[in-house]
Formats: sequence, C-alpha cells, structure tokens
Amino acid sequence: MPSLAVWKFASCDGCQLTILDCEDELLTLAEQVQIATFAEASSAMVGGPYDLSLVEGSITTPSDAERIREIREQSTTLVAIGACATAGGIQALRNFADIGEFTSVVYARPDYIHTLATSTPPSAHVTVDYELRGCPIDRRQLLDTLAALLVGRKPRLPAATVCTECKRSGVACVTVAEGIPCLGPVTHAGCGALCPRHHRGCYGCFGPAEDPNVAGLALKLVDDGMPRADVVLALRTFAAWAEPFRAESRRDEEGEP
Amino acid sequence: MTHRAPASRTLKVDAIARVEGEGAMYVDIRGGEVHDVQLQIYEPPRFFEAFLRGRRYTEPADITARICGICPVAYQMSACAAIEDACGATVDGPLRDLRRLLYCGEWIESHALHVHLLHAPDFLGYAGAVDLAADHADLVQRGLDIKKVGNQVLEVVGGRAIHPVNVKVGGFYRVPTRAELAPLAERLRWALDASIDVVRWVSTFEFPDHHHPLEVVALRHPDEYAVVGGRLVSDRGLDIVPAEFDDHVVETHVERSTALHAHLVERGEFLVGPMARFALNRSQLAPPALAVADEVGLGADERNPFRSIVVRSVEVVHAVAEALAIIEAYEPPDRPAVDVSPRAGVGFGWTEAPRGTLWHRYELDEDGTILDARIVPPTAQNQPAIEHDLFHLVADHAGLDDAALQHLCEQAIRNFDPCISCATHFLDLRVDRS
Repeated sequence: MPSLAVWKFASCDGCQLTILDCEDELLTLAEQVQIATFAEASSAMVGGPYDLSLVEGSITTPSDAERIREIREQSTTLVAIGACATAGGIQALRNFADIGEFTSVVYARPDYIHTLATSTPPSAHVTVDYELRGCPIDRRQLLDTLAALLVGRKPRLPAATVCTECKRSGVACVTVAEGIPCLGPVTHAGCGALCPRHHRGCYGCFGPAEDPNVAGLALKLVDDGMPRADVVLALRTFAAWAEPFRAESRRDEEGEP
Repeated sequence: MTHRAPASRTLKVDAIARVEGEGAMYVDIRGGEVHDVQLQIYEPPRFFEAFLRGRRYTEPADITARICGICPVAYQMSACAAIEDACGATVDGPLRDLRRLLYCGEWIESHALHVHLLHAPDFLGYAGAVDLAADHADLVQRGLDIKKVGNQVLEVVGGRAIHPVNVKVGGFYRVPTRAELAPLAERLRWALDASIDVVRWVSTFEFPDHHHPLEVVALRHPDEYAVVGGRLVSDRGLDIVPAEFDDHVVETHVERSTALHAHLVERGEFLVGPMARFALNRSQLAPPALAVADEVGLGADERNPFRSIVVRSVEVVHAVAEALAIIEAYEPPDRPAVDVSPRAGVGFGWTEAPRGTLWHRYELDEDGTILDARIVPPTAQNQPAIEHDLFHLVADHAGLDDAALQHLCEQAIRNFDPCISCATHFLDLRVDRS
C-alpha cells in the first residue's frame, strides 16, 4: 500500500484539516493508503521513505528550512497544499517589512524568537512536484489529486481564472453588473467562484493565475474608483509574495510609472 | 506492570500528536519530586498583530480567520464585534441570529473533530481515529457525519467550511433564504439524535480520577448559553466588560514558548473553554443538552479535565439544538449587513470560540486604518492552566514508568484541546510607546 505523510510548517492547519473534512471519503482513503505520518490525526508516526508527502505551510525558521530538505529526500512525490505552501501565505507580509520591528511589536523578549526574515513556499527551497492552490485548498481538488496520484495519472489542476469559472457557472459578473471590485480576472481557478456567488468580489485567495494581467486589472480598479493604496492592500493578502501580485504591489516603491 | 520509576529523570515529548499545531512537553522530576513541567510551543510565529497595522477596518474578518483553520469563525466574529464596537455599530435581530447559526456550525465541526478523531482514541487505546475505525468503523463514521453537518452549516451560511467568505463587518455579503436553510434542518434533526447517543457513549469511558480545580472563566449572557457577546465571569467573582479585559488578564513572554502566557491579576492561572462554560452556564443549555447531561450525571461541579470529552459532546448537542431553533424561527433580514462607518477610536470584542473566550482589540484612525491590534486566544489563556494541571498530574502519578507517564501526560494535554496554531499568533501586541 502506498504511504502518505502530511507535514506542517507555518500555517493555520486549515489545509490539512481539509483532509479530515473529507468525511465521506476519509475511511475509504485510509484503506487505499498507509497514513504513515499525520501528527494532527494520529500519534503513530512511521519513518520514511514515503510515496507521497503533502506539505502545508511556509518556511519561516532556519530549522524548517532544513526540515523541508529532509522531507524532500524522503518523499517520492511532494505536493504543496495551500497558499502558505505555494506562495508563503499571509505571513509573507513580513517580506515587505522589517522582521526585527515585527518581532519587537509582538514579543516582549525578541531574543527568545528564532525566525527568518522571510516566509517562503517550499518551492523556494526544494523541488515541488505539484501545487494545490487556495486558502484553504478545495476539498474536491484534493480528492481528485490523491485519486490521480494513486492510479498513476497526472492530477487535473486547471490554470484558468476565477473569472472563467464564474462565467462557466452562469454567475452574473459582480463588477459589470454592480461595480463591485473583483480579483477574479487574475486569480487562479479552483474555488468554484465562491465569492461572486455570495455577491462579493474575489479576493484572490487562490493566488495569481498563469500569466495574469495584474497591471491591467490594477488600472481598471483605480479607474473604477479604488484608491491605489487599496489596490496594493488587495494584492497583499494570502498570496502576497507570489511574483505577479508582488511585482504589481511593489510597482510604486520601485519608481516605475 | 509498570517498572519502579527512578527517583530523578526527565521526560521529553518532542511532538505532541492529535493537537492543532506544534508543541512539545518537558517534565523534570528530581528526588521523586516534580521539579518542573513545561508545555513548549515551538509553532513558528506569524506576526498577525504586526501586519494588521495599516490594514483597513474591513479586513480583519478575512485576515484573522487565517490564524486558525479549525476555528476561523471565532476569529471572524470576535474581530467584527471589536470593529463594530470601535465604529459604534450594532448588529442584532436576524443578522445576529445568523452569526450564531454560523458559530453553531463551527462548534459542531470543531468539537466533533476533537471528540472523535483526536480525543476518543486515547480512552479506547488507539493511536488515532483511522486505527479506531478498523475496529469500530460505525462509531468513527457517525462522528464524521456529525462533523459534516457542522461543515454544511458553515458552507450554507458562510460559503465555505474553512475560512468562510461570506462574513463582513456589519453582517454578511449575502443572506440565505428559508428554502436554502431547510435541508440543513433535516440533517440537524438527524444530528440531534446522533449527538445525544455520542454523549451516552463517551460517558461510559474510563476516566482517571483527577481534580485540581482552577478558576473557571467564560462569557455569560442573560438569555443564552453565551457564544456571541455577554460579560466575562468566573466562579471566583470576576465580572467584566470587554474593555476591562486588559486590566484583569496579563500576558508574559517565556523563553519556551512562542505563545504568551496569560494570568488573572493577583490570582494566577485560569481555565477557559467547554469545562468553564459548562460549569458557569449549565442551566442555560438547550433542553436536549441539559437532559442528556442530567442523564449521564454531569453536574456543574464537574472539574475532571479527562471528562471534558463528555462536556464537549454535550455542547455539540446544544449547538445542534440551537442551530435547529434558529433555522425554525428564521426570517431573512431586509438587508444582508448594517452600515458600519469608520471613526477614530478603540473597540473591543469577544466571543466563545470552541476552545474558550477569544478577545480582540483594535485601534482605528478616522478613515478606518488599523493603528494597533491585539488578540488573546483561548489557548494562550489556558497554557499556564495546562502546565498547572500537568504538574499535579505528574506529582500524583510519579510512580508510573516513563512510557505510561508520558502517555498520561499527552492525554492530559489533549483534555484541553489546545490550539497551538492559535496561541502562537497572539502574543502581546502592545506597542511600548514610552
């Protein structure tokens, strides 16, 4: 039986919780794989190597930078799950700031804290085989990916935009119909256009789509009345450090037009 | 049989399993006496309070949800309460009821997860729920099915089970229709019976005898088993409003933990969470929850942390019954949210997260930019209480051999359902301006 390991780095636990949220499939899954290591779910921890590792969270400490290398060496296939593990997560906002100042704001004794100046995804440290986007990941996408890897096919992880998902599902465009700002045109698909379905603009929690025109959308948002400072905030959330969002949010400070 | 334990030894558990987040435990016994017990939290810090500065007043509902994937609604609700307080807005009527309904979903999901997947295996001698399921698939599947009902409530009202997208300051982006809630009621009616059976089941477990009472602290509301809003009270006379929290609860930073330790001024450790709520507000439980608590002999004086699994199960019955009552009485509000206009000021808010009282404080400028943020999560408050409890547990069982003592201590930590991911993200956010 193939072995599965689930690993946590800096994160909220929500993506690994998604595994336990597969209430109808969990016990069947447990018959198909040996859950070798999953600290949140079991105190039995079996040593490597592992056929499949799911990695949640971002790398923020020197020891975690070492640990992700060891996990890579022990894993045949490594799948990064969620915004922290694919873009650095919300905690990557430190990358735009001074970590010393952050530490002194939060902790009375900054000298007790050992942290890196940046929060980065595992892919900045090791080779990652597949990435599941989202804050959190989508349960159906997780199940489909596990099923694919178990039967030896490539997971289906469409690189379309939320905007495309929205059109396909027949939801009225919140921007066109009501002038609600929306990151759907530049955001990676996978959620099923959840926010527009709830009468809300997409807030980008699946990170940038492939080759997104972020600068174009930013101009449109400003044209529609959003202050440029708020556009920067909108790009600096759960996938702030992903290159296309990062570059656009930094355009002003780098002195470009 | 246990071996005779050496008089001086140290025990270390480097990674505590079946808790949310990353923690370790250290026990030091010298000459047969317990010298030190430490719960070490090494979850890496994420600095939420630092990067919330400069964000808009509309953002903490989404941002602070990411502190914890298991209790995001608690963060959303406490954040909204604090910001609405700062802005002088009130959310009541059907919008408040919908918030309570959403919260019921989270209590059901979080408690069912802990009871069945994290805690029950301890009492039945399994490493986890998957091993438990090999022998008792029906019991585990029933737990998963109850958990799923909680997630369905979160999905219908909040749009997503983890990090709901439909919550905003002032209310919701879109409110459900009565027809959308109807299928939930059907599932909840099943869950009511099932969760009552769970209480009966877990109450038959064997519980180590263990009582070292702590001051119990929880919200209290005149009309409800408090979840959103109320005063913070204790069994030793605490009775305060959110703005007074700071005067009564102090946090200190210790080297072994990236989470701060909270104490009541001049009184010390205290306990928040299901055991505390049950002790203080038992009479306000929904009738089916009260009835099954009576049936299994669970009284307001229950202080054995090992029995917290029974208390948590009773709270699931309560949350299911509350959710049903809210859905049955629901009339959609005229609009999905009240207007909340920013103004300069400070706001405070608290709610009862599944693991206990969660307090937020925000300082805003006149255009709604956050100048300062502080968050005190339940596990930071409980951390000294957990250590206190472990200290006495080890003292009472110092004769056990290392393996048995370690197992007992790990179980004792899980009694408190610590959410280490939460605790680490909330340290003292106070800026020293001197």
